[in-house]
Amino acid sequence: MEYEAVIGLEVHIQLLTKTKIFCGCSTDFGAPPNTHVCPVCMGMPGVLPVLNKKVVEYAIKLGLALNCRINKFSRFARKNYFYPDLPKGYQISQYELPILEGGAVEIFINGGYKKIALERIHMEEDAGKTVHKPDGSYVDFNRAGVPLLEIVSKPVMHSPEEAGEYLKSLRRIVRYLGICDGNMEEGSLRCDANVSVRIKGEDKLGTKTELKNMNSFKHVEKALEYEIERQIDVLKEGGKVIQQTRLWDEKSGITKPMRSKEESFEYRYFPDPDLVPLIIDDKWIDDVRKTLPELPKEKLERFIEEYGIKPEDARVLVEERELAEYFERAAKESKEPQSVANWILSELLGYLNRDGKEIKDTLIKPEQIGKLVELVEKGIISGKIAKTVFKEMYNSGDDPEKIVKEKGLIQITDRGEIEKLVEEVLESNPKAVEQYKAGKKNTIGFFVGQIMKKTKGKANPKIVNELLVKKLEEK
Amino acid sequence: MVEKEEVQRVAQLALLEIEPEQMDKFSRQFNEILEYMEEINELDLSQCEAAFHITELKNVFREDKVEPSYNRDVILKNAPDSEDGAFRVPKVIER
Repeated sequence: MEYEAVIGLEVHIQLLTKTKIFCGCSTDFGAPPNTHVCPVCMGMPGVLPVLNKKVVEYAIKLGLALNCRINKFSRFARKNYFYPDLPKGYQISQYELPILEGGAVEIFINGGYKKIALERIHMEEDAGKTVHKPDGSYVDFNRAGVPLLEIVSKPVMHSPEEAGEYLKSLRRIVRYLGICDGNMEEGSLRCDANVSVRIKGEDKLGTKTELKNMNSFKHVEKALEYEIERQIDVLKEGGKVIQQTRLWDEKSGITKPMRSKEESFEYRYFPDPDLVPLIIDDKWIDDVRKTLPELPKEKLERFIEEYGIKPEDARVLVEERELAEYFERAAKESKEPQSVANWILSELLGYLNRDGKEIKDTLIKPEQIGKLVELVEKGIISGKIAKTVFKEMYNSGDDPEKIVKEKGLIQITDRGEIEKLVEEVLESNPKAVEQYKAGKKNTIGFFVGQIMKKTKGKANPKIVNELLVKKLEEK
Repeated sequence: MVEKEEVQRVAQLALLEIEPEQMDKFSRQFNEILEYMEEINELDLSQCEAAFHITELKNVFREDKVEPSYNRDVILKNAPDSEDGAFRVPKVIER
């Protein structure tokens, strides 16, 4: 019997606002415990939360980017439960009437696009952070009240790979929008998964489990793989999947049921009387629309169309907005956008990866890459020398022209000069010439090497080859 | 009618302990309150919209501007236990 997995994801993103959602405390990460707190985010009696306008703006931004319905009227609700990281005994969230409904995240999988439909997106506040030590649990409320958007997909994904692509695509978009830095390791993007399996072709959903504690893309996929297999095994042996929350344990690579006693949470949501209704008019939406950047997919299509670069290269370039913008500035300096892409993707990213750096850290200005490509295109330096120049540019940030001039790296294209070198090399290697004559044509590589050695790689390889063949045939 | 089981359930959700001998009293009081509220249902409210707020206010915002937070010592003053600037609570297992 063939089984099919059904996956829905709940993603929380921390918004890049300066202040919390309902008070003016800073959202900066890494401050000493409980130094970014005030009576509002601590839930002291008699305080009044007031909504941060930026949070609404960011939510509208995401709604526009994902084609959601933006509710003109929305409301906040209290979600009641007790946990030490929740100072008020309730979390301010949205229940009925969330700010956004519907929409989709588009993913690229198996060579094509697929839309993953969304259920809803709502605003809420984050909880504090608890560190468990032998002598008790230590609670820091700096994070309590940091604005979150919870993005809930419909249960429409069918493989860990799809779920991974969905996450990557969503992360790319929120980073392009500048509303979240998408750092899963630091917890600014968090993902829980609902997963069930059923016999392929059935409509009814199987019993689901909820997976938590996956703090990287890799772990989300691994946890799903494990859990899908586990559920299929249970069913195959005639058992039943129990609805429960399971934690991913990255050390052992398995999911385990949470130890907490099985209590069905009852959140007793009700509208928060402290927060007034939120009305979003068309003008506000239009104003936000004007601030939308070009999104990854549009950029990808434009790069392929406008610069004629390979789709697989364009795909890597648009992965990060900074990288895409870097490429575009470099490409404008050159008539060979594909070469520009090659230099950025293989050389520049290679060096940056080696040094654990990002595109924003490089000393090379994008225009300088364009100039380097032009130097090669015009035959002023050879491709091989260009690599040396590039290394120098990477280390110093100097202009390629300056490096070429100072180091005397200009290519030798003078035919007379190269002809002399060719003759010299042939004369001093009579044995190799004989071998060539005897039919070992690949001896030519040896001669090219000798000439490059003499010229420190500066001889134009095309002319060298041409003259070598000519001279050898004459012999 | 609110049964004792329901009183127990509400108490659990509110993390309250109720002594067995208090059960009768609480369920009687719960029922009195609910009966009193029942009176509203005698009115015809089909034309009324549900009121979630008593004011007509809408769209009250703050700008995204950092305000000074509170002094940590003041914030921790009322805590029964604290250590290293953090609130210390009895050990809780992962939710």
